[in-house]
Amino acid sequence: MAQEDKENVIDQPEVIRHKMVTIEIAGKKYEVPEGITIIKALWYSGQEVVRGAGCLGGFCGACAAYYRTKDDPKVRTCLACQMAVQDGMSITMMPPFPARKATYDIQTLDNPKQDLFNLYPEAPLCRNCNACTEACPQQIDVREGVWKAVFGDFKSVSEMFMDCVMCGMCTPVCIADIAPNLVALYVSRAEGAHFTEKPLGLDTRIKEIQDGRFNDEWAKILTMTEKELADHCAKVK
Amino acid sequence: MDVHALQQIVHRTRDARRKQTIPKLPPAERDQLIHKYHPDYRASAYRPIRFGPNADDKTVVELATLLEGDSPIADGFDLTPDYQTDVLVVGGGGAGCAAALHAHGAGAKVILATKLRLGDSNSVMAQGGMQISVAPEDSPVTHFVDTLKGGHMQNDHQLLKVMVEEGPSIAKWLLSLGVLFDRDGDGNLHVKKGGGSSKPRLLTCSDYTGLEIMRVLKDEVLNQKIQLLEFCSAVELTSDEEGNCTGAIFKDLDNHRHVVVAAKSVILATGGIGRLHIQGFPTSNHYGATGDGLCLAYRMGAKLMHIDTFQYHPSGAVYPEQLIGALVTEGIRSEGGHLVNAKGERFVNELDTRDVVSSSIIRECEEGRGIRTMSGRIGVWLDTPLLDAEQGPGTVEKHFPAMMMQFERFGIDISKDPVLIYPTLHYQNGGVKINTDSETNVKNLFVAGEASGGLHGRNRLMGNSLLDLMVYGKRSGLTAASRAGAMKQGKLTLMHLQRFRTDAKMHGNLSGVTSPMILPAYTRKE
Ligand SMILES: Cc1cc2nc3c(=O)[nH]c(=O)nc-3n(C[C@H](O)[C@H](O)[C@H](O)COP(=O)(O)OP(=O)(O)OC[C@H]3O[C@@H](n4cnc5c(N)ncnc54)[C@H](O)[C@@H]3O)c2cc1C
Ligand code: SF4
Ligand code: SF4
Ligand code: FES
Repeated sequence: MAQEDKENVIDQPEVIRHKMVTIEIAGKKYEVPEGITIIKALWYSGQEVVRGAGCLGGFCGACAAYYRTKDDPKVRTCLACQMAVQDGMSITMMPPFPARKATYDIQTLDNPKQDLFNLYPEAPLCRNCNACTEACPQQIDVREGVWKAVFGDFKSVSEMFMDCVMCGMCTPVCIADIAPNLVALYVSRAEGAHFTEKPLGLDTRIKEIQDGRFNDEWAKILTMTEKELADHCAKVK
Repeated sequence: MDVHALQQIVHRTRDARRKQTIPKLPPAERDQLIHKYHPDYRASAYRPIRFGPNADDKTVVELATLLEGDSPIADGFDLTPDYQTDVLVVGGGGAGCAAALHAHGAGAKVILATKLRLGDSNSVMAQGGMQISVAPEDSPVTHFVDTLKGGHMQNDHQLLKVMVEEGPSIAKWLLSLGVLFDRDGDGNLHVKKGGGSSKPRLLTCSDYTGLEIMRVLKDEVLNQKIQLLEFCSAVELTSDEEGNCTGAIFKDLDNHRHVVVAAKSVILATGGIGRLHIQGFPTSNHYGATGDGLCLAYRMGAKLMHIDTFQYHPSGAVYPEQLIGALVTEGIRSEGGHLVNAKGERFVNELDTRDVVSSSIIRECEEGRGIRTMSGRIGVWLDTPLLDAEQGPGTVEKHFPAMMMQFERFGIDISKDPVLIYPTLHYQNGGVKINTDSETNVKNLFVAGEASGGLHGRNRLMGNSLLDLMVYGKRSGLTAASRAGAMKQGKLTLMHLQRFRTDAKMHGNLSGVTSPMILPAYTRKE
């Protein structure tokens, strides 16, 4: 690589000359390079990871973890593939939690706002403790979401929970045994299937295809020689 | 120099750059650029496959080695089934969920087996969107032409025609399940313009399109009570005397036991290969993207196609170290974000096809106009603050909340500071050859999604994969289900494997590895 000029270098020696830090994983101490993610720290400390890793990109919620930083009593939550380790950190991965998911046929619900209370009867028992919100690594106002769901504001809930990666961290902390993420998922789906306008343009397009509106164009395109097709494609901007 | 000092050039040159338009490259120049800089053209990274259905075809060394690898299953393995089903779906990403739902909906008994949890896949990470020609000024034919152009004219015409024509009805299906696509003021589906497309055609759910679709599909798989085998990784297929597929053998990753599933047909929806890190590239792919489906299908005698071409997404994060390889969504470029070299210059039309943009970034870096981090990585700037400058403060935060959060965790505010990017290994353009029913040349063996090949030609257009998953997931599921009623369960044998092993022996057992890989070996050994 012709990379002689020192000018365009991000000068952060610590990026290569790792400072090693001591962290505690599930109660055992390990030395790992500062700033790597928790998942990478698990690999670095010689552990095989099967459960607890999925997308590695912050989207699937497989890597829910609890951590505490040095001298701070507060236990926090994070996605282990997105959280950097620091000296004195104490970490443990969250095992799967046996929350109950209601089953339903989203398309044939009679009265989705009322059905919420049959499917998740515990939802209205929220005691406003805010533990779910504090647990959420995606910074969703989960408590507010549960309230809005109960009050039938499905639209707001669906917007609030667009960031939800279904990590489930909000569930074990709930004193009313609510699984807020599952409630929100039901609500969002109901919002989409029942309370959102049907896009007319989409139906028009489906009908056009059924009615063969593009048949002539297809016939033309699919009988072209390779050369003709290439020329045709080149013209499209 | 530190990051902030180097970033100044991006801020300083912004206004001048905004006045500039850079044309897309004419075909001849584009070919020249790609041949010189695209990793697909690095001859040293390739070798011919020595035996099997694609003998003498070239692919990257990493993949060739696995394709020639031996099965972990011994000849005398006890094939007494633990489960019996009509349709066995292998893989719990978008293609797998769609296949399972449609097969189940058509009345078949379905088992869905997957390596990690249901949904842990590439599909949840799709941010950019899903191409469907819904806009009045657009049409399926235009979608076809754009895709063909993007795919270097090598796409299978039939596969592609089916996909673009079924797109709108797929959108309708997803809406009926409760997927919340972004809308325009009049209630119509909002469409964005993606790289390489002549018309706005991307349906989006904020920048969580894959997550939103997968949340809904996963929930639906659970609602339908489709039988799940999670943490079960397929390690071999089974065949009857005629070589038709009859089931699969899994390794249960929790207890390392084998599980045998007898099935009338098998749908492989195992996704791509990013975690093979071909040519040493970082990857945007999920943990389980190790190309298992290719190995399984290949041993069974299925033909692969276009497996010498891969997609290097132009914008993988290069800094901070923690985000190496993570995707910086193409949406940023779609909305006008500039690529800027160390001299503060733009060097490519940001909306050109991915192979062109990636090649040009590699050119900038190889010719000394890149920015290097001290860990030896190199990249160019993506001017993210430009979006706020163009469209008003708060634009980045509003349109790209997922990306904002990802960088914020490491103290970087992408609405104020540009990010450093370099191509990352993103997509396997080719895969197992299929027909429009998603069936391979091995009877009753279907492949859907990224593991299949042909549809995208030699380069996939952004947003076409999510549609591919839904269309061919559906077709494989429906065909497999419709067949199930009329057919008997075939015998479970390993005759295909004996054939494969004889072939391997004749060629000297050169590879010396066991495949599939299942998970990458990241654990540090003392
Ligand atoms: C970060 C990122 C962003 C993307 N953005 C977009 C976008 O905006 N638009 C778009 O159209 N495309 C996008 N793509 C591409 C698209 O998401 C993928 O091509 C697509 O999701 C692949 O779907 P799939 O169902 O074929 O595979 P996956 O979704 O990857 O699912 C494969 C499944 O198979 C399982 N599996 C693998 N091997 C085995 C085995 N041996 N046994 C059992 N199970 C196994 C995996 O665990 C996984 O569940 C993106 C890809 C990535 C990585
Ligand atoms: S709402 Fe619950 S499941 Fe969703 S991201 Fe937050 S903690 Fe995780
Ligand atoms: S944790 Fe439970 S009870 Fe407390 S606010 Fe959240 S939903 Fe309500
Ligand atoms: S592994 Fe998917 S969110 Fe961390």
